[in-house]
Amino acid sequence: MPLQGGVIAISGLVKRFRVDGAELTALGGVDLWIAPGEFLTVVGASGCGKSTLLRLIAGLEHADAGVLSHDGAPIAGPSLARGLVFQEPRLFPWLTVAQNVAVGLENAPLSRAEKALAVAEHLTLVGLSAFARAWPHQLSGGMAQRVAIARGLVNRPDVLLLDEPFGALDMLTRARLQDELRAIQQRAGATTVFVTHDVDEAAYLGDRVVVLAPRPGRIREIVDVKLPARRDRADPRLAGVRERVLRALGEDPGYPRPALVADAAWRRPATLAPAAVLQ
Amino acid sequence: MSRRALRGAVLPMLLLAAWEGASRTGLADPRLLPSPEAVAAAAWHGATGGGLPGHLAISICRDLAGFALGAAAGLPFGFLLGLSRVARTLLGPGFDAVRQIAVFAWIPLIAMWFGIGETAKIVFIAIAAFAPVALNTAEGVRSASRDLLEVGAVFRFTRAQRIRRIFLPGALPSILTGVHLGLINAWLATIGAEYFMTAGSGIGGLVIEGRDRFDMAQVMLGVLLLATTGFAFNAIAAAGEKRLLRWRRV
Ligand SMILES: Nc1ncnc2c1ncn2[C@@H]1O[C@H](COP(=O)(O)OP(=O)(O)OP(=O)(O)O)[C@@H](O)[C@H]1O
Ligand SMILES: [Mg+2]
Repeated sequence: MPLQGGVIAISGLVKRFRVDGAELTALGGVDLWIAPGEFLTVVGASGCGKSTLLRLIAGLEHADAGVLSHDGAPIAGPSLARGLVFQEPRLFPWLTVAQNVAVGLENAPLSRAEKALAVAEHLTLVGLSAFARAWPHQLSGGMAQRVAIARGLVNRPDVLLLDEPFGALDMLTRARLQDELRAIQQRAGATTVFVTHDVDEAAYLGDRVVVLAPRPGRIREIVDVKLPARRDRADPRLAGVRERVLRALGEDPGYPRPALVADAAWRRPATLAPAAVLQ
Repeated sequence: MSRRALRGAVLPMLLLAAWEGASRTGLADPRLLPSPEAVAAAAWHGATGGGLPGHLAISICRDLAGFALGAAAGLPFGFLLGLSRVARTLLGPGFDAVRQIAVFAWIPLIAMWFGIGETAKIVFIAIAAFAPVALNTAEGVRSASRDLLEVGAVFRFTRAQRIRRIFLPGALPSILTGVHLGLINAWLATIGAEYFMTAGSGIGGLVIEGRDRFDMAQVMLGVLLLATTGFAFNAIAAAGEKRLLRWRRV
């Protein structure tokens, strides 16, 4: 098992955007070390910088400060060793479902036959074999997202970055794909960073759960799951993990610290339940 | 025939009936508006012995040669404008300025440079086809999806892959619109070239010749042929577009 590759090291990571002339700090100093083969889940309120973090690791964005490295080498741009499944499906409308998955192998050193086989396998994995020749506009939102997942997995990257991949799926498909993803990840040993809004999902899948706080985006807490790789959804220890994640999410740093209250607009009412914030 | 095609045929049929009626009742001077029968007779005569098919073939070949030349120049030029900001700032304003010159304003210049022979005609047709192809190609390439370009970046697309996989198919609807317009423009220019750079051959030449001999049936026949051929080009282009854009939601 390739346990040696896939270390992601992040330190002092700052990312700013200019929005309407104003500076917005999407990530304000993130330090994170991701172990090879680790399954890391990331949760946080909408707009706290989860997608930005993934895009930085993928190499699609450049940091304003701080360092990101993959197996010791600074991340300067995208690499086939790091696969990204975007928050939206982003399928090529002029390619069929199978051709869209094959996009993930466009630059893979495989023969035509090997590529076709890998594409077929991954379509089966996401339950879309029957739609291999369909056009993207003929798919539902969840089906399109599954094609995007297949495209992200098919190339077997060392580091797999997934941005709310199961958000558009029904509960059953979602549960099945969670288990499939976990199994693939165990088998291939790929370091996985999985962004989600769903605390149950984060706890069930993650070796660790990173809780991000918003404005500026930063790590509020990292919850260590400390459960075996093969998990039972009914495991009472998972409830404990969920509890800790929810508590971390619910803390509102603006309230007890007057120094931060200057920008009051972003404060949420304290009465809002953490679970509701996430929905 | 589909219901829509039938509906589309109503107006031409009415016009034909009015024409027939006007000739029969003597409402129209037959020297100015020959009867449909006279035109049909001219067509029969032309098709059997008067070299009509040859003239039609000459016009169509001329049109296609000019169109091919113009499109072959317009596509890469449009790609260049669409892909490169430098090219856009260097060539864009000049292209926009030249585009303002009405196509027919080129005729004297072209006549000076190329005479009024075959080369001049084809160059003129090519100029007419060039602008819409270049313009729509540039527009289509420029509006390539940034989201898909990011997907391409994640999978380490080379420049060639980006063009083949993202820019070209993404721009295809726009390119086809340009090609379609170019085809129409080319046919109009073919007629214009044959009218104004008269050297005898082609349907346009036939019309001019008929006018000079005051043979209104021949003139009428020529005009009808020009219209039908243009219509056919249009229909072929539309069908090709539909076939190439199957992936689009209809
Ligand atoms: N390209 C951009 N230009 C300007 N601002 C941006 C850009 N991308 C992200 N932002 C800003 O950065 C912040 C974080 O965005 P990001 O997409 O990372 O959030 P997120 O945590 O993924 O949210 P969600 O859960 O809704 O997907 C937001 O305030 C957003 O407005
Ligand atoms: Mg996001």
